[in-house]
Amino acid sequence: MNTVGRRVGLALAAALMLSGLAACSNTGGGTTSTSTSAGGASSTASGGGYVYFLNFKPEVADKYAAIVKEYKAEKGVDVKVVTAASGTYQQQLTSEMAKSQPPTIFQINGPVGYATWKDYCADLTNSDLYKHLSDQSLAVSTSSGVWGVPYVVEGYGIIYNDAIMKKYFALPNKKVSITSAAQITSWDLLQQVVTDMTANKDALGITGVFSNTSLKPGEDWRWQTHLTDVPLFYEFSADKVDLTKGTPASIKFTYADNYKNLFDLYLNNSTTAKTLLGSKTVDDSMAEFALGQSAMIQNGNWAWNSVKDVQGNTVQPGDVHMLPLYMGIPGEEGYGIPIGTENYFSINAKADAASQKASLDFLTWLFSSDYGKKAVANDLGFIAPFDWFTGAGPADPLAQEVMAWMSKPNIKSVSWSAFQVMPNQDWKNNLGADLLSYAQGQMDWPKVVSTAVSDWSKQASAPASTK
Amino acid sequence: MRVSTYIKKWFPLFALPTTLAFVLAFVVPFGLGLYLSFTKFQTVNDATWVGLRNYTNAFTRDTDFVRALWFTVRFAVVSVITVNVIAFALASLLTRAIKGTNIFRAVFFLPNLIGGIVLGYVWLNIINGLLIRFFQKDITFSSAYGFWGLVIVVNWQMIGYMMIIYIAGIQNIPGDVLEAADIDGASPWNKLFNVTIPMVAGSITICVFLTMANCLKLFDQNLALTNGAPKNTTEGMALNIFRTFYNQQEQGIGQAKAVVFFVFVAAIAFIQLRATRSREVEG
Repeated sequence: MNTVGRRVGLALAAALMLSGLAACSNTGGGTTSTSTSAGGASSTASGGGYVYFLNFKPEVADKYAAIVKEYKAEKGVDVKVVTAASGTYQQQLTSEMAKSQPPTIFQINGPVGYATWKDYCADLTNSDLYKHLSDQSLAVSTSSGVWGVPYVVEGYGIIYNDAIMKKYFALPNKKVSITSAAQITSWDLLQQVVTDMTANKDALGITGVFSNTSLKPGEDWRWQTHLTDVPLFYEFSADKVDLTKGTPASIKFTYADNYKNLFDLYLNNSTTAKTLLGSKTVDDSMAEFALGQSAMIQNGNWAWNSVKDVQGNTVQPGDVHMLPLYMGIPGEEGYGIPIGTENYFSINAKADAASQKASLDFLTWLFSSDYGKKAVANDLGFIAPFDWFTGAGPADPLAQEVMAWMSKPNIKSVSWSAFQVMPNQDWKNNLGADLLSYAQGQMDWPKVVSTAVSDWSKQASAPASTK
Repeated sequence: MRVSTYIKKWFPLFALPTTLAFVLAFVVPFGLGLYLSFTKFQTVNDATWVGLRNYTNAFTRDTDFVRALWFTVRFAVVSVITVNVIAFALASLLTRAIKGTNIFRAVFFLPNLIGGIVLGYVWLNIINGLLIRFFQKDITFSSAYGFWGLVIVVNWQMIGYMMIIYIAGIQNIPGDVLEAADIDGASPWNKLFNVTIPMVAGSITICVFLTMANCLKLFDQNLALTNGAPKNTTEGMALNIFRTFYNQQEQGIGQAKAVVFFVFVAAIAFIQLRATRSREVEG
């Protein structure tokens, strides 16, 4: 009896181990990647090639279905679009690239992404896409070719709700002399307004000036990537660091104290106690802003949909504007919000020539045909950096705000160049974890800074296996 | 006699589907993985040979892998003991003549039907809720929270399954043996240690093996509950390999770590099977 029992048990054990393995392989592809696919799986274009686009932006995943349908109707070519779930693009791309019909259009996030995928990036020097870039220096290129063409320009800053700001500036007991949020043009003014608003938060009907500083692991990119770009941008500019060669070997973090200024301002004037930030997500943060519990939030123009779609949203489109990330760095008043891109199209060099051409044809159509241009501006909401686009651009208020900052006279933009050369995701995640410890009061600031600096050197000096 | 010749004759045919599945889903990827651990690669069909460099880098580049290994070992030791002790205790309770044992068995087994990712997220909310309510802190404050959180989740998930195996084992104990012990005047503890436990040694082998293997391979629950927070200190080996692969983009090193991981798990499982099996008695 026991022997039989044991045999059954061992068979069960074997089955469980196998299912465990299956579960492991799933997490690479299936479970974490709720892929949206549109178009046929075995899509063939005229001339024997195929077009397969692995999309990075989950927020516009469903919009591509209509675009692909229209392209099929106009040109008779099937396009397959698959969208990787948020934060899983590298996993998805790695596994898709190993398949027999790999993506023909994929995206890299800048020089670091190019270094990883360089064997797969086709030269786009002669493509219409590159020729029609309004600023060709935006592309990812080396002396031997052009490997990634940006397709969307984005910007981020401190988004504020002017309805609440107007309420504040109407207060009889306000301590600042300025009369509107648009007049906040320096770190000092920002700090004065924010602290005074916190003192009057009951009168303003808010629980905090800033939405929570979401620091849950994986939800901390607004700080470890976006906010960190600013001090590093000024540092690289001041030191004249050449970023075209990719990640610098080391950083000094010269403006760490300025970074702390703004980060502390977020933490101390927040809707949420500092000790609870480790379980807050970006969505939580956006919801607080949408519901009018906070007056300001740091995020980019891609976030408009996540404000608009919150149930009970109180924020009017005409009330959202952006401020630069002032933190007290000398000369920062001459700069606006950080504007740039981390979205570059690359064409798979290992696909056959017909597929490469079909893929480029699709992208050219998307950004130059009448239907395509309308879809890009209105449905995808992209500020596309091509000369095919003239006129108003996307209608959403945050995109309008980014364009307004781009065209301000005598104001330069902070570039995204610094965060594009951060060594890898691990460096950012480690910084995020330390920022969380700092917020919790478990790590002091000098330690956060010194760890970020030493970790950069370590991660930037990749081991021999990756050289 | 005739039966065994039939088995011999038809064995290859009936074993074929499973063998094929095993080879395709296990042996081939395993071989490929072993090869890739000696290469530099971006995608699996595009690799260049680099020799043993990945293996030295796995240990020398940072101390995270060793830390993850140590975390996994501590976690496995604690969880294997708690899961098996609690499962066995429940099994002995639910094999007595109590009303509604079947309902209790079903209730304890149910958590096993939920996937690790879901359990991890559900428990994250429960644990954070309690920590925030009573300490104004959340699970990211200390690696101890994450460690014990994982122990709780894994216990909750696996106890029911192990309990079922123990119940089957206990029900298989012949009544006359227990009766004889009773007549000889054995105390309940004597009966437990000298009759019941030796008689269910087969179940113990299976349960310890299953819990050990699952704890060492821990991934879903780890990813969902802590994702390594605070700063990778609650990161098991599987999660460390995943992070090396995707967040550091060091596929070769990740693969080398995976091979080390396999050898480690296989060795421990083998030793454990040898050790517990030698204690089994035929009923």
